[in-house]
Amino acid sequence: MNIIIAGDGNVGSSIAKQLSKEGHDITLVDSDGSVLETSLEKIDVISVKGNCASMAVLRQAKVESADLLIAATGADEVNLLCCTTAHGMNPNIHTIARIRNPEYTDQIYEMHDIFGLSLAVNPERQTAVEIERLLKYPGFLQRDTFAKGRAEIVELRVDEGSSLCDLPLKQLNATVKCNVLVCAVIRGGETVTPNGDFVLSEGDRVFFTAPTNNLAKLLKNLKVITRRVKRVMLVGGGRVSYYLAQLLLKDGMSVRIIEDDKERCRVLAESLPEAEVFCGNGADRSVLEYEGLSECDALVTLTSVDELNMIVSLRATAKGVPTVITKLNNVENRTIIDSLSLRSVVCPKELCCESIVRYVRAMQNQSGAAISVHAIADGQAEAVEFLVEKDTPNCGIPLKNIRTRDDVLISSITSGSKTVIPNGESTFAAGDIVVIVTGGRGSIRQLKDIFD
Amino acid sequence: MSYKVLGRFIGRILFLEALLMVPALLISLFNSENAAVKGFLITIGIIIAVSVILMILCRKAQDSFRAKEGVVCVGISWLVLSLLGCLPFCISGEIPSYVDALFEMVSGFTTTGASIVTNIEELSKGILYWRSFSHWVGGMGVLVFLLAFVPADGSVHLLRAESPGPEVSKLVPKMKNSSLILYTMYIVLSVLNLIFLLAGKMPLFDAVCTVFGTAGTGGFGVRADSLASYSPYLQTVTAVFMLLFGMNFGCFYLLVLKRVKSFFRDEELRLYIGIIIGSVAIIAVNIYSIYGNIWDTLRHAFFQVSSIITTTGFVTTDFNLWPSLSKAVLLCLMLVGACAGSTGGGFKCVRLLLVLKGIRRSIQKIMHPRKVIAIRNNDTAVDESTMDGVNAYLATYAIILVISFLLVSVDGFSVETNVSSVLSCFNNIGPGLDTTGPTGSFAPYSVFSKIILIIDMLAGRLEIFPILALLPLSTWKKS
Repeated sequence: MNIIIAGDGNVGSSIAKQLSKEGHDITLVDSDGSVLETSLEKIDVISVKGNCASMAVLRQAKVESADLLIAATGADEVNLLCCTTAHGMNPNIHTIARIRNPEYTDQIYEMHDIFGLSLAVNPERQTAVEIERLLKYPGFLQRDTFAKGRAEIVELRVDEGSSLCDLPLKQLNATVKCNVLVCAVIRGGETVTPNGDFVLSEGDRVFFTAPTNNLAKLLKNLKVITRRVKRVMLVGGGRVSYYLAQLLLKDGMSVRIIEDDKERCRVLAESLPEAEVFCGNGADRSVLEYEGLSECDALVTLTSVDELNMIVSLRATAKGVPTVITKLNNVENRTIIDSLSLRSVVCPKELCCESIVRYVRAMQNQSGAAISVHAIADGQAEAVEFLVEKDTPNCGIPLKNIRTRDDVLISSITSGSKTVIPNGESTFAAGDIVVIVTGGRGSIRQLKDIFD
Repeated sequence: MSYKVLGRFIGRILFLEALLMVPALLISLFNSENAAVKGFLITIGIIIAVSVILMILCRKAQDSFRAKEGVVCVGISWLVLSLLGCLPFCISGEIPSYVDALFEMVSGFTTTGASIVTNIEELSKGILYWRSFSHWVGGMGVLVFLLAFVPADGSVHLLRAESPGPEVSKLVPKMKNSSLILYTMYIVLSVLNLIFLLAGKMPLFDAVCTVFGTAGTGGFGVRADSLASYSPYLQTVTAVFMLLFGMNFGCFYLLVLKRVKSFFRDEELRLYIGIIIGSVAIIAVNIYSIYGNIWDTLRHAFFQVSSIITTTGFVTTDFNLWPSLSKAVLLCLMLVGACAGSTGGGFKCVRLLLVLKGIRRSIQKIMHPRKVIAIRNNDTAVDESTMDGVNAYLATYAIILVISFLLVSVDGFSVETNVSSVLSCFNNIGPGLDTTGPTGSFAPYSVFSKIILIIDMLAGRLEIFPILALLPLSTWKKS
């Protein structure tokens, strides 16, 4: 497909990189020539310099023949104008705009009609939603959702004294009393695809596939976390904090926000009457402790500085806060995180890229491409979601009779509203959604690739 | 200060006053009250002369107000209106002393209802009408009325200075329409009130004057015993309408717009109703032994609470004879006052609400010095500048009360008299306790004290600052 990406910033270039790798023709538009130059050196794309909302520049980027426009400049208004203009010049184009201002988020559905937007993405809000999901089931380090929220892959750490400790996997279902599947285990930095004889031990990070409605049962039977998160402290009062506080307050949790900018504190206090806002430096440990860190069930670090987030999170972990979530803007920092004892990490840029890439994949889904691809196990494995079509081979044949590639595991099959963890007798049919987990990155593009 | 702008506007206001005096003149003519007719004719002549001179002198001025002219204009207009409006009382000889006449007039325009007249039934009909009518005019504001006809740039400054409340805004984009809407609601409610009173067989003249007193939350009656000798039905109707006129007219506009939910969610309205219910309950229990009848007790308690909190000042019974707890509750109600944007005076419920919220915030701040808390009213955050304004108002309010109390005490009446008189005048209520109670009057006070009370009444009605703004010399520098 021909794709125009307006705004060659952090998000723009990441999307360009991913989509270019997947074989699309990318045109990057930005008003800053030097940024474009850097991208040209790293990614296989062409570039147009100029204001992406101007018709001349869009024409130069061949908007008439483009299939998709992604507007990811820093300004919401420019993104919107860019999409509307493009839509006016080419009625068949799909448009995606990044909209970050909280004042616009409530009207996203109306904007679909008024501006002809196909999709509006809001990285900060996505991040907040992601963190809320983690806080709803404290204990899971990460949650990836598939099949429109009906199946999930969740990450758990095997702690000392856990019932998972020294448990052979074939006894797993008996222990947790519900149907789950371990699709990957990280032990000592190595990812293993385990079989039934694999024995879990302390310190392992285990990835479970489970139907979403079994998650609560899983946690309960593993006795991972006995109490719900009630009090949350947010360090940093940016947009993510605002969205997150809104979501958490709606869930009935109490929220404390620490932010060092006075003006921003006022804005937060005015817009979130139920939250408690404190003006202070989150890096100052006495501030957090005075405002009740020790009574909090969870701490989320959301400042714009990754280093600060890591330090504060580490400190909270050491203090014994049960759930700690760290926001990182730079994915490269993530590798460091693993060597530290931090657990859940959320990255807005990644979430945003993922949702856009998912949309692009859905656009060409007629060709059997994946609906979504999630990196799990620190990127050493991928969970890929496919829609089974009429011409997919092996429809209706029990899995034990199908030969699949060795590095592929069929982890769940969702038909209608029912998700099953497959065994040898399971089958899939057209219309089902299948999630597979594979260790070989990028090697599976279509569902038929998994068959040997 | 642009004197020409001021002069031109005051000229117009005076012309309007002359027009407003005509009905009173006609009533005097109809009742062939010669002294009153003479008084009105001479006064109308003087007012029109002053008005024409001012308008000719300042004909070149533009109708453009800055904040400063707006505030000063309101202060001066009210002064001049009262200074000239009281002439009929003097000239007709019914209230011979000029200061007494001025006291009576200011008490009328500011909707106070405090009177120096001891023998009300002896006043002529024309004079009685003018006294009561001044309540109706002063209640909603003369300038707001004028703005319905005369467009002026920066007229919002006039509206802010004349209308009570910490945050005053127009209802619709055009000031003219805004004024018309306010006055339409005012007139509709007044007419409704009149119909209810006439249905209760009140004589027409009494009914009209009572409506003026109720609508403007003034309190001048046409009988010496105020409303005590009317039927319980008439008293109850009046009590209910006083409450209505003590509500924010912006809230009524919500009803007109069919936003019933926002009307009942209004925090100020809830506080207002809550205070009323609480006070009625306390007083009813306290005075039950006096009346010995549950309905009489409730009626008197409700009427008096309604009359005092809306700053009207009608009475149905001599509350001077009530136990001290009930009197204390009434004194506290004097301090609270009606809702912002109503015709009532006092500190205003919304200010009380904001002050209480401010106190709660201060307490929280002591325990969590870093905590940032926004004060909210009706689900929107209140500006810090509004909070500052409310706090400054509270301070000024308290200081003026104390100083007036000290000055008035020179006359040597009881502390109870002095405290209640100052509270009553400053909050535009009317009757006080003891000497100035329901059966008494303000006549015994000295000229000096009367002038102090006149200033208090004006300051109370205009919410202090338009009057204080007249004091510094810098206000009067030409620019």
